[in-house]
Amino acid sequence: MRIQFERDACQGHNRCYLLAPEIFDVDDEGYAVLRIDGDLPPELEEKGRLAADNCPEYAITVID
Amino acid sequence: MSSSAEQPPPGGPRAGFAPRLDQDEVDLDQPITPAGQHPPVQDWDTDFDHTVTEYAQNAPEVWRHYRESCPVAHTERFGGAWFPARHSDVEAIAHDTDHFSSRGVIVNDLGFRGQAPVGFAPPITSDPPFHQIARKLLLGPFSPKAVAALEPAARETCRSLLRDTIAAAEGSGGIVDAAQSYSQHIPVRVIARMLGLPESDGEVFRKFIHRILEKPGQVAVAPDDTMAAYLETAILERIAEPRDDLISYLAHADVDGVPLTPDHVFGSIALLLIAGIDTTWSAIGSSLWHLAQNPEHHERLRNDPEVWPFAIEEFLRYYAPVTMARVVEEPVTVNGAEMDPGDWVLLPFPSANRDSEAFDDAEEFVIDRKRNRHAAFGLGIHRCAGSNLARMELRVALKEWVDAVESFELASDDPDAVRWATGQVRGPRELPVRILAATAPEPT
Repeated sequence: MRIQFERDACQGHNRCYLLAPEIFDVDDEGYAVLRIDGDLPPELEEKGRLAADNCPEYAITVID
Repeated sequence: MSSSAEQPPPGGPRAGFAPRLDQDEVDLDQPITPAGQHPPVQDWDTDFDHTVTEYAQNAPEVWRHYRESCPVAHTERFGGAWFPARHSDVEAIAHDTDHFSSRGVIVNDLGFRGQAPVGFAPPITSDPPFHQIARKLLLGPFSPKAVAALEPAARETCRSLLRDTIAAAEGSGGIVDAAQSYSQHIPVRVIARMLGLPESDGEVFRKFIHRILEKPGQVAVAPDDTMAAYLETAILERIAEPRDDLISYLAHADVDGVPLTPDHVFGSIALLLIAGIDTTWSAIGSSLWHLAQNPEHHERLRNDPEVWPFAIEEFLRYYAPVTMARVVEEPVTVNGAEMDPGDWVLLPFPSANRDSEAFDDAEEFVIDRKRNRHAAFGLGIHRCAGSNLARMELRVALKEWVDAVESFELASDDPDAVRWATGQVRGPRELPVRILAATAPEPT
């Protein structure tokens, strides 16, 4: 499972950073930065799904 | 783009800093003689009014009725305004900056709509492409990492207020007003520190907010008593001598070497003062109102640290305080409603957040809700710039309250004992509770 992140759709709600800081950082203006490009380690898969399920702008997609 | 502590450029445009009152354009805190009280609403589908008490006390029921059977209400009041209640319509309008301008965001009696693309209080009143320029200036000071540094002081503020609140309760049979003695002070003190204004001016800030947001254009204002007059003094002091605060930062900021116009400086500072107070006050107060009536949720928060990240977002979804507004720029049809240029459109994020088309069990408060794409901080390019600050304040205020107050309930069974704010920001302004058991917190 990996994460696809659309930076253009991100409006800086920071929900992903709060729920999955292992997967998402934020830049100095508060926009999300994806930290893991390839496959997520199994122990982070649930957090990856949470981040996707809580993004108000649908900027995060889980690819199984 | 950078902030600069250098003196004004040659010619010194800031030396001629002009408050809004010198302009022809009206603003929402000008000296006025109001037209008077609004008459009672005749029909909520065709004559709605979000500034009357009946709306404030019953808004969730009004929204439910609209979502199920209206779904876009209208009124001739305010010069003509629409109320699209469903999530899909709110989401579409929030993302459509071509048909809908932000030059007016407070539906009011004065007919005041600002000038695109800057508006009265950039960036909330700005349209693209200027919007992004004005917004960028504010994102840094309100980013998650900048806000984290403000948390210890916010926690101490909450503890100090709780000590006073619990002491007051001991002398009054446990009865205190949680809004007046606790929730209203937290955002005032936090934003006052950020702006560099006296925390003791809270009463003054709340007066501006009441006139501008709760009864927009409906309250008499004296010429020397305006927000413009208050802020002009603070800004001029910092133009002369910068301090380590946000007013100084904006007064001396530039975009690619060009200083901000006086209107931009004033408008952004007015935004920071106005937008961060009653919104967060409302979210904290509504959450306490909920906990007073749902002891099982109070208990869960006291005992389950894992539930907090989900609980905070559920409080934000279910009790989202803010309804935004737009001005129609081009003729457009929304869910059958034909809107004309100049019409107001309210963006009721609180109603969108309770739409069963967008959320499972939407009308239920689910404290550990795992899928929660709520719109409490808006959707699209105008996502609340202070959302990280607001979320931190809400979390700290609730954490300190539930740690200190072991048990509490509403003081009265009468729903009207709790007074909800009118206008576009909804939350309890009077919230009498009975504290049944509490331990005053130690200073940090």
